[in-house]
Amino acid sequence: MDIRRRNNVNVVGPADAPVLLLAHGFGCDQNMWRLVAPALAERYRVVLFDYVGSGGSELAAWSEERYSSLHGYAGDVVDVLEELDLRQAVFVGHSVSAMVGVLAAQAAPERIGALVMVTPSPCYIDDEGYRGGFSTEDIDELLASLEANYLGWSSAMAPVIMGNPERPELGQELTNSFCATDPDIARVFARTTFLTDSREDLKGVSVPTLVLECEQDAIAPREVGAYVHAAIPASRLVTLDATGHCPQLSAPQATTAAILDFLESVK
Amino acid sequence: MCRTGGVPEPTGTGDEAHTTAAFTALLEDSVEDLYESAPCGYLSTMMDGTIAKINATLLDWLGLDREAVVGRKRFADLLTIGGKLYHETHFAPLLRMQGELRGIALEMRRQDGGRLPVLVSAVVKHGTEGEPLLIRITVFDASDRRAYEQELLRRREDAERARAEADEARRQAEADRARLADALAVLQRSLVPDSLPDVPGLETAVHYHTASPDQLGGDFYDLFPVAGDRWAFFLGDVCGKGPEAASLTSLTRYTLRAAAHHDPDPASALSTLNAVLHERYTGGGNPRYCTCIFGIVEPGGAQGRAVVRLASGGHPPALVLRADGRAEFLPTPGGLLIGVVPGAPIGTAETVLAPGDTVVLYTDGLTEARIGPGRDDLFGEDALHAFATDHAPASPRGVITALTELLEGFGDGLDDDTALLALGVPATPSTPDPASPTVPATSHTS
Repeated sequence: MDIRRRNNVNVVGPADAPVLLLAHGFGCDQNMWRLVAPALAERYRVVLFDYVGSGGSELAAWSEERYSSLHGYAGDVVDVLEELDLRQAVFVGHSVSAMVGVLAAQAAPERIGALVMVTPSPCYIDDEGYRGGFSTEDIDELLASLEANYLGWSSAMAPVIMGNPERPELGQELTNSFCATDPDIARVFARTTFLTDSREDLKGVSVPTLVLECEQDAIAPREVGAYVHAAIPASRLVTLDATGHCPQLSAPQATTAAILDFLESVK
Repeated sequence: MCRTGGVPEPTGTGDEAHTTAAFTALLEDSVEDLYESAPCGYLSTMMDGTIAKINATLLDWLGLDREAVVGRKRFADLLTIGGKLYHETHFAPLLRMQGELRGIALEMRRQDGGRLPVLVSAVVKHGTEGEPLLIRITVFDASDRRAYEQELLRRREDAERARAEADEARRQAEADRARLADALAVLQRSLVPDSLPDVPGLETAVHYHTASPDQLGGDFYDLFPVAGDRWAFFLGDVCGKGPEAASLTSLTRYTLRAAAHHDPDPASALSTLNAVLHERYTGGGNPRYCTCIFGIVEPGGAQGRAVVRLASGGHPPALVLRADGRAEFLPTPGGLLIGVVPGAPIGTAETVLAPGDTVVLYTDGLTEARIGPGRDDLFGEDALHAFATDHAPASPRGVITALTELLEGFGDGLDDDTALLALGVPATPSTPDPASPTVPATSHTS
C-alpha cells in the first residue's frame, strides 16, 4: 500500500531539519495548518497528512471498523512515521488529534520525541469530578444533527471556493475537497471524537508536551486544558489570547510563536 | 430583464411621470427600517463572534431582547449544541479560510426553548490593510425547507432499507437454490451408477439426458454382476418427476438389485418389483408406477455369443442392431405397467447376440421427442427403426454416439428425460488392446 498517497502526505521545509508532524482534527483536513505551516517550515521539516476518510486521502482505504476507534487514527500516524522513517519527531495534533498523538507515542515511542496538543480534550462529556463541557445529551444532539442535517451539511461541506483578493494566500490552492467529507465517514469520525474517554491514556505520556489552549473555546474550555496539563507532569500550558477552537486559524502568529518557543526549550 | 408584477412598464414620456410617482410611493425611505424589518435576519459580529449588531427580525424570531444580545453573546451562543459544535469544527474554520460561506444549515435556539432551522450565509469584511474586521451574517428561516428535507431523508432511508432487505432476500434465495441444486445433484447421482462396470466379452455404452437441471429425472438404469458369470441390467422410467419420482426410482433400483441376486430370472425380478411398488404405493391409495425392461446377459458362449433374456413391464421394446446390417425390435408383448395391479403380467423375450450384434434399451423420451416444423409430430418407433437400420451394424459405443447426436438434433423438441443403454458383442473376438483400454462408455447430458 502506498501510505503517502493513502494519507495524502505532503512535506515542506529543509530536508535535514528536525521534523514536525501536523495532524488535523475532526472537521476539515491538513489545510487547517495553512496559516502556520509556512512559518514553521522555515526552520523545521513539516509533514502534513490527511487521515483516511478526510481531505485528499484515499476513501477506498477507509473502514468503519478501523476508524471507530482513536487507535485506528493513531495507526495512520504510525504508518506515516514509518513510511518516512521518522524518529524523535514532534507531533502537533489539533483537537481530537492531540489524543491520537498520545496513542501514537505509546505505540511507537522511538518515533515521537515531543507532543504539541492544540486545544485538546481527553473527554468531552462531564463526569464525576470532571467537567468536559458537554452532557451526554449534548453529544447525542450533535450526532443526531449530523444525521438529520445531512442535506444541509452536504451543501456546506462542498462550499463554493471563491477568489479572495484580500488574502491571496488562501484563495488559490484550496481545493473543493476542503472540509468536504463523505457523510457516513463524518458520522463515524464525530462519534469517535466526541464519545471517546481517553483520560487514562494521559498518564502514559512521558515526552515533553506543550498544551495550547484558547482563552475562549466552546469545545475545549480552560478547565479541560488545566486537567490535561495536570495529568501530564512533563507538560507546559500556554493560554493563547484567542477565541474559538482553532487558534492556528484565529491567531496563527501567536500559535506559531508558542510552538517555536516550546521547540527551542526541548532541543 | 426583471419586472415586478403590478408595475406597468414605462411606455412613453406621458406615462413616465406617473410611473415615477408610483415607484416613489413604494420606495423604501429608511435604510434603517429596511435593515431592521427585512424578511431575513441580519447580524454583524467581531472576529471572535461577539455580536455587535442584530436586526429586529432575528430578535423577534428568537424572542430575544437587543440588550441581552449585543456585546454579551457570540453568534455561536444563539445556536443549538449540535450547531455550536458544527460552528466550531466547520463553520468558523471555513469562514477563516475562505472569507465567505453560503447556505450553511444550522439550528438556532429560541428563548422559549424551541428551535429555528435556518440557512446562514456569512462574509468577512476586511480593512484597508487586508486585516479581517468583522463578520456579516444573514439568516433565512428554513423551517419549511428543513421539514421537506427531513421527509426526503426519511424516504431515502426507507428506500435504502427496502433495497437492503430485497438484496438480503435475493442472497438468501440464491443460497437456497444453490443448496437445493447440490442436494439434487447428490440424489441424482445415487439413482444411476457413476460408471458402468467392465463386462468381460461385452462392450457397453450409456447416455443420460436430463431435461431440466432443477428437476430430478425419472429415468433410471443399472448394470451389475449376478451369480454364475451372468450380468443383470435394467432401464426404466418412473411416473412423474422431482423428489417423489426420485424416491420411487430409488426403491425401484434397489428392489431390482436385491431381487436379481435372490432369483436372476428377469420376469421374477419384475414381479417382485411389481409387488413391492403395489404394496408401497397403490395399496396405500397413492398409485405410483414405472415401466421397466430388465435383462440377464450371459456372455462367453460359443464363438463369443451372448444369450440375452429380457422381461418388460409396459416398456418400449428393445432394439437389436445385427452384424449383417438389419435392425429389429425385440417385442415383449403382454407386459403391464409395474406397480398398478397385483400380479401384473410380465412380457418376456430372448435373443442371442453374435459378434457385431448390439441391443439397445431406451426410454420414451427418445420415441416421444417432438419433431416437425410445429413440433406437432412424435419421432416414433418407425423412425427409430429406420434410424437403426441406417446405422446397423454398430458397436454399442457407435450407436449411443449416433443416438446422442440424434437427441441433440431434436433441440427443444426433446422435453423429457431420456436414458439409453447398449450392450453388444464386439465384432472381432475381444483381445485386450493396451492402446485402447476397455473403459465402458458412459455419458450424461443435460
